[in-house]
Amino acid sequence: MGSLAFDIAHLLAGGLVLVSFMLLYQDRLSALVNVFALHALVLALSVAWQAFVQDAPHLYVTALIAVAFKVLVVPLALHRIIRQLGIHREIETVVGIGPTMLAGMGLVALSMAVILKITPEADPLAREDLAFALAVLLLGLLLMVTRRNAVSQVIGFMSLENGLILAATGALGMPLVVEISVAFSILIAFIVIGVFLFRIRERFDTVDTSALDAFRGERQ
Amino acid sequence: MTTGLVLLATALLLATAALAVARAGHERIHDIVYGASLALMTAILVLALVALLAGGDSALRLPLGLPWIGARFRIDALSAFFLALLGAGGAFASLYGLGYGRHETAPERVLPFYPLFLAGMTLVLLADDAFTFLLAWEVMSLASWALVLTQHRVADNRQAGYVYLAMASAGTVALLLAFGLLAGATGAYGFAEIREATPTPLTATLVLLLALFGAGSKAGLVPLHVWLPLAHPAAPSHVSALMSGVMTKVAIYGFLRLVLDLLGEPPWWAALVVLFMGGATAVIGILMALMQRDLKRLLAYSTIENVGVVFVGIGLALAFQASGMAAAAALALTAALFHALNHMLFKSLLFMGAGAVLTATGTADMERLGGLIHRLPVTSVVVLVGAVAIAALPPFNGFASEWLLFQAILQSPELADWGLKVMVPAVGAMLALAAALAAACFVKAYGITFLGRPRSPAATDAVEVDRLSLAAMAGLAALCLLAGILPGLIIDALAPVTTALLGQTMPVQRSLPWLTIVPIAESRSSYNGLLVCLFILVSGWLAALAIHRFASRRLRRGPAWGCGFAEPVAAGQYSGASFAQPIQRVLGPLLLRSAETVDMPRPGELRPARHTLRQEDIFWDRLYAPLAGLVENLAGRLNVLQFLTIRRYLSLVFAALVLLLLALAIWS
Repeated sequence: MGSLAFDIAHLLAGGLVLVSFMLLYQDRLSALVNVFALHALVLALSVAWQAFVQDAPHLYVTALIAVAFKVLVVPLALHRIIRQLGIHREIETVVGIGPTMLAGMGLVALSMAVILKITPEADPLAREDLAFALAVLLLGLLLMVTRRNAVSQVIGFMSLENGLILAATGALGMPLVVEISVAFSILIAFIVIGVFLFRIRERFDTVDTSALDAFRGERQ
Repeated sequence: MTTGLVLLATALLLATAALAVARAGHERIHDIVYGASLALMTAILVLALVALLAGGDSALRLPLGLPWIGARFRIDALSAFFLALLGAGGAFASLYGLGYGRHETAPERVLPFYPLFLAGMTLVLLADDAFTFLLAWEVMSLASWALVLTQHRVADNRQAGYVYLAMASAGTVALLLAFGLLAGATGAYGFAEIREATPTPLTATLVLLLALFGAGSKAGLVPLHVWLPLAHPAAPSHVSALMSGVMTKVAIYGFLRLVLDLLGEPPWWAALVVLFMGGATAVIGILMALMQRDLKRLLAYSTIENVGVVFVGIGLALAFQASGMAAAAALALTAALFHALNHMLFKSLLFMGAGAVLTATGTADMERLGGLIHRLPVTSVVVLVGAVAIAALPPFNGFASEWLLFQAILQSPELADWGLKVMVPAVGAMLALAAALAAACFVKAYGITFLGRPRSPAATDAVEVDRLSLAAMAGLAALCLLAGILPGLIIDALAPVTTALLGQTMPVQRSLPWLTIVPIAESRSSYNGLLVCLFILVSGWLAALAIHRFASRRLRRGPAWGCGFAEPVAAGQYSGASFAQPIQRVLGPLLLRSAETVDMPRPGELRPARHTLRQEDIFWDRLYAPLAGLVENLAGRLNVLQFLTIRRYLSLVFAALVLLLLALAIWS
């Protein structure tokens, strides 16, 4: 049981990293949203497996929240936004896909090196989990940094948050209250960002954030 | 018990400051503030003397400041000595302020900060943990900064305040880092815990350098002195007396506390650095003093010289301690502390004298003074005492402490380390040069200000200052003489301090006959201030008697002998600049960056001839101006960071995160 439980947790966490890579090279918005839904689904599976292994029923609630919000509500809403804004066109990436993927691989290696080095005496399950979670987090940040489109920056932010949840559930005994409050704050952030997307679009006829820079007043 | 009482006095000082704010318009507020300060500082002086002579530590912990840590206070021999120094200086300055402060044009800018400044200095000396120490240090700095800006409408004073604030902040940052290093990773900020711990050699080195920067910038060590000649003269004269006489001593206390007490065993080369900086400070300070034409600026530069002398004493103590010569180290430290006390006495006196001149004539520019000895008979006598004392002439106190210091320097052939063996006599030569220049400097200061003929109508119509100011100056002058003829008592009183810091004292002087002092052994050297004083008095009296007996008895007033040429105008007299010119010609181009230009009209031209002397502080030009330029340049470049796009900011955060993780992966 111990070995199998570890392997499956490993598989799911590794899967999350893999889906993060898939996020990196999506160059269409609707495909990006779909992959994000997959990302959240893998996270929910991972959390549920942790609930089973740690015998912690409240983690099932966490997994359910993840499925409800991140697999269903948020992607559906994003699709709606994309349709309303009419931006099915290609995403222009700032750095090319190749260098981005290479940078992503470097980041994964870095997070492995850091976590495995600084936690030699920790529980191996939590250790691997933490390493993958850090990798997901860094890839989320990378996504935010390399994209210009506001929608894909939102997705980068949410995948980063998924990494945080992965790390939190790996550590034994995360209180449900924390999880719920994080989920709600993410939802509120999503709503605020969504509202802003429409406002930006109303003003500037685009959600490309580089167009905003021209309007900052002080300097180009 | 003693600590509690001193803290109570400090609390009352703070209450006085609050009262000065609350009742700013009250007509008697001036008397109340200075009267209360006088009473409280006298009480602190008495308590500190009791603590110093009776011995024994007294500690107290108050539930103030940081939670769970509290504020710790303690009086040991070192702080008791400096508290006595502060009490005496503060009491005399307050007495002077009672009279002098009446002429203040903006009392609401002085009265609240004056007791606050005194309280800040008291708390620095009482503090027994790093947090309290730094807090009190900042109170002291900021209160004195506010006092420097009393005449804030003068552009030079605003500049002085700005430079002072920048230097004071930099110094405090250095001290903060020093205490942080001493406290270590565990964060034990109490002085008792810091004393227990043994720092690594690297930590000890860094702490020493930071202490030298932090305390040295407050004390005025070259090249950290640039703010001092700007800020000290800008304050009202009794505050200048406090800043020069007492605050620089508090800075020296900070250095001693950090390096000799808390650090334990300083690195061996510490003595070299302190000796060199002290010697350089002494020479450059007094050279700059000699070139000044503003009386208060001259005194401020002379403060730098004296701080250098004290640091030479401390450096000698470090050198002898490193060579295992405990008795010689005790001698050097005693000389340094004695000189610190003496400098407090005569520099306070001289600044008060400069204040009296300023009140009487409205100017401190020496080229507009002269002949004041007829108009200010009492002031001129007490200032003469101060000038003779600071020029280190017997029988006054300046001679006693510098003589002790040279006795310590003469021990240098017995040093083990060759570097020190060569360095100490060299520093001794620098000190001798500084002493000679100091004598020249105060001949100039006194001669140009008080002797000769008045150079302006203001000097012609000067009137003597009030009784209270005169009483304060006369008291200090009497103490200068007393400390000069009774050095043995002071050396004995300093014994607990050297025991606490070095584990050794100088030989007991009390038991020697005729108040003689013998620093090492009778066969080597001894000095008797009382006999020297009696000799000077008797021989002077005999000479006067002989002159009056064998020459005419009548007092005659005639024109001064002007080399056969009597100048028709007062401006044609020997001036301060002409007095300093030989030294400025010799050393000026090398050390002072002075340049003379003579503009001589051709025959037939009607314009006057002009002689211009331009002189700058070399450290300002070579060190501070480029530094300021660099900071401004960097700030200009960093300004771009305010106008980045959101994605750029995100990238910066991301890059910082990745860099930190990389560092963790490589070095953890």
